[in-house]
Amino acid sequence: MVRRAKAGELPAFEALTARHEQRVYSLAMRMLRQEQDAEDVTQQTFLSALENLDGFRGEAGFSTWLLRIATHAALKIIRKRKGLDVVSLEAATEERDSFDAVPHPEYIADWRQSPEELVHKNEIHRLLDEALAKLDEKHRLIFLLRDVEGLSIQETAGALGLSEANVKVRLLRARLQLREHLTAALGDPATRLIRHHDHAP
Amino acid sequence: MKCEELLAMLNEYVDGTVDPAVCAEFQQHMAGCNPCQVVVDNIRKTITLYQAGQPYEIPVQFRERLHDALRKKWREKHPGK
Repeated sequence: MVRRAKAGELPAFEALTARHEQRVYSLAMRMLRQEQDAEDVTQQTFLSALENLDGFRGEAGFSTWLLRIATHAALKIIRKRKGLDVVSLEAATEERDSFDAVPHPEYIADWRQSPEELVHKNEIHRLLDEALAKLDEKHRLIFLLRDVEGLSIQETAGALGLSEANVKVRLLRARLQLREHLTAALGDPATRLIRHHDHAP
Repeated sequence: MKCEELLAMLNEYVDGTVDPAVCAEFQQHMAGCNPCQVVVDNIRKTITLYQAGQPYEIPVQFRERLHDALRKKWREKHPGK
């Protein structure tokens, strides 16, 4: 399909768009939480893909390429929202995050229901969004790209211009923070455990 | 292995990329540490829950505008096709 689009077949490009637009839009909404911004990112992503199709060689998958474009577009909006220029935001967060300790789990309990049961509940999406919104945007993006979209650590690092080591630390932090927030809401208080430190090895 | 050490390597364990020797240590620790077991389980469920669906449907009108914009751009790029 990509080959046909590159060869100049519009229906092929439209089919590719139809295949990936939902995913790109969802990612953008989860990142930016505003419909207009998410629409802008989605449109920019596919226009850019159309514009640069000749340069796509297929080293990464087509969806990975699209997600990379979408990531840059989303980050641009976030930076604009914060009124920060590119260099200062990245330098500041890179330094601070490298050496911070990993957050310790506080609320530890079994969840009352399985993910399969929870996903059908209306209120679950609000909870998931709330938890995501509490993350720093790079942590949020790393979690979404790596755990939800299935990009590798390497692809995620490439999309964000970070080292793999940095991505790993932030992924861990994102996972633990999300776990904390969700477990506080979904955990069964009757099974709540208090951690004891320093088990004997 | 202490809880702290397990915590630091949680990614690798959950992703299944941890060294087999270390994996054995993990499992040994978890056998005797309920809190760590539950934390690992919580994380797996957290990831599953986020993967489990597309919460935001692309709006129909936007989708139409998007495709219109793409067709327009395509014609500019490939005149006469």
